[in-house]
Amino acid sequence: MSNANFSLAELMIVAASEAWRNNGELLASGLGIIPRLGASLAKLTHSPELLMTDSEAYLVEEPIPVGPRGDYVPKYSGYMPFERVFDCVWHGRRHAMVGPTQIDRWAQSNLSVIGDYHKPKVAMLGVRGLPGNSINHANSFFVPNHSKRVFVSGEVDMVSGVGFNPERWKPGMRNDLMFIGVAVTDLCVMDFNGPDHAARVVSLHPGVDFELVQERTGFPLLKADHLSETAHPTAEQLAVIAKLDPHNLRDKQLKGNPAGIRTAEELRA
Amino acid sequence: MNKLMTATDAVGQLRDGMTIGFGGWGPRRKPMAIVREILRSEVKDLTVVAYGGPEVGMLCAAGKVKKLIFGFATMDAIPLEPYFRKAREAGTLDVMELDEGLFQWGLKAAAMRLPFLPARAGLATDVLTHNPDLQLITSPYADGEVLLAMPALNLDVAFIHVNRADRLGNTLVTGHDVYFDHHVARAAKQCFVSAEVVEERLELDAATARFNTFERSLVTGVIEAPLGAHPTSCGPEYGWDMQHLKDYSNSASEENGWERYLQTYVDCSQDEYRTRNGGAERMAALPLPTF
Repeated sequence: MSNANFSLAELMIVAASEAWRNNGELLASGLGIIPRLGASLAKLTHSPELLMTDSEAYLVEEPIPVGPRGDYVPKYSGYMPFERVFDCVWHGRRHAMVGPTQIDRWAQSNLSVIGDYHKPKVAMLGVRGLPGNSINHANSFFVPNHSKRVFVSGEVDMVSGVGFNPERWKPGMRNDLMFIGVAVTDLCVMDFNGPDHAARVVSLHPGVDFELVQERTGFPLLKADHLSETAHPTAEQLAVIAKLDPHNLRDKQLKGNPAGIRTAEELRA
Repeated sequence: MNKLMTATDAVGQLRDGMTIGFGGWGPRRKPMAIVREILRSEVKDLTVVAYGGPEVGMLCAAGKVKKLIFGFATMDAIPLEPYFRKAREAGTLDVMELDEGLFQWGLKAAAMRLPFLPARAGLATDVLTHNPDLQLITSPYADGEVLLAMPALNLDVAFIHVNRADRLGNTLVTGHDVYFDHHVARAAKQCFVSAEVVEERLELDAATARFNTFERSLVTGVIEAPLGAHPTSCGPEYGWDMQHLKDYSNSASEENGWERYLQTYVDCSQDEYRTRNGGAERMAALPLPTF
């Protein structure tokens, strides 16, 4: 049952949750409100086998609502401090959804600096865990503002997460442990499963056409074979999301909190 | 045996050009009372090794950092560390930017007295490009895999803040996550620990003793520093001080903002520091962050 009254954030949460379908028993890490709600929705609906944490140090079987907890008391099932997260990363049984500042045609990502490395225009966080995460386990991307500033035409300014650029891989380096899932953006869902890992649009959000996505992407895109409209959230999914986000933090994640179904004018505004 | 000393004593051990490491993580359980003592000292040209929070920005702002070895610098709720950012964008800071796991590996190699530990993290990224000293090695076994040889991050001095300690150097970290302090302690020639509470001698039951994460033989000195992690958090006792961190962050965009910050929060007595942060009672009651 579909529900026409949903926000773009909710559509993206549902699309994000699909990243973790059929992943098996691995640690689902959604970094940021929408990816985290996506992972939580996945665990509460189609993939209860996923491992999740309280985003601090403990494993939980019941995903923790985002924001202030009131009288909600988390129920812990195990311990997962940072050091054990690192162990889990290197072992490979994890799928993270991260929000890099730049992504290129090779699915390489950047979280470090914009501009010249030695005197950057903008210094951000640093590479954090991206080099290790990306070479060891599955990574998906969350992009709240699909644009050429994010999906850059050349290589990202500082390759922090590995991708499919053959020039970066020297003989003997293992690139078979990495896996790129999907990129969930405010326009579409993409993957990198075209010929030679070319980027493809897998589904378009309501009202979005392929040309608009291509216009706002710095590199050529392919259409996936069964290019479709991104699935609308069902009433059941919306109810689960509302429970996971009692303070409506999802309404504050995208500029202007757009509706899930947008007109061409709204999209080109 | 009595390792109790003052922050001034501990910081007095520093020499120009030393490599110093900090425990904690981002804005969490940083030895800030000691950091303020370093800011008041003359020491300079430091190589700073940290999962960086405001201690990194403050030492950069004070011009004490020659080189920064880091995986990130952030204050979580304020994602971009303002003075780290300033120093980076000025192009004046020598950096060794590492993956968080490589960073751990560097400390662990130092802790095990190994020259390096092999890793995949960093391969096929610009971590290699921008750290030309990082070398690749080929596995001597049949797999022949090419790996990154993460060199040991040997520290001259480590500073760690803990919840409880005793005069012998026994320590307890009772927050939810112990971070990587045990590696930091073991990677260093000398390790100084500040503690919320210093007791004569810890006498614990077995369940509590498990909160001890590194042995006292690694601890050179113990400093009593109640609220010593402020403005960072020290779970389970108190959370980070957003009001203070915002004031600190805003100072970076004011003219002479760092001087104002220094005058207000560093060039003052401990009592004045507390008064200027709303008093010890407020500081001790700062709510723990919800993640």
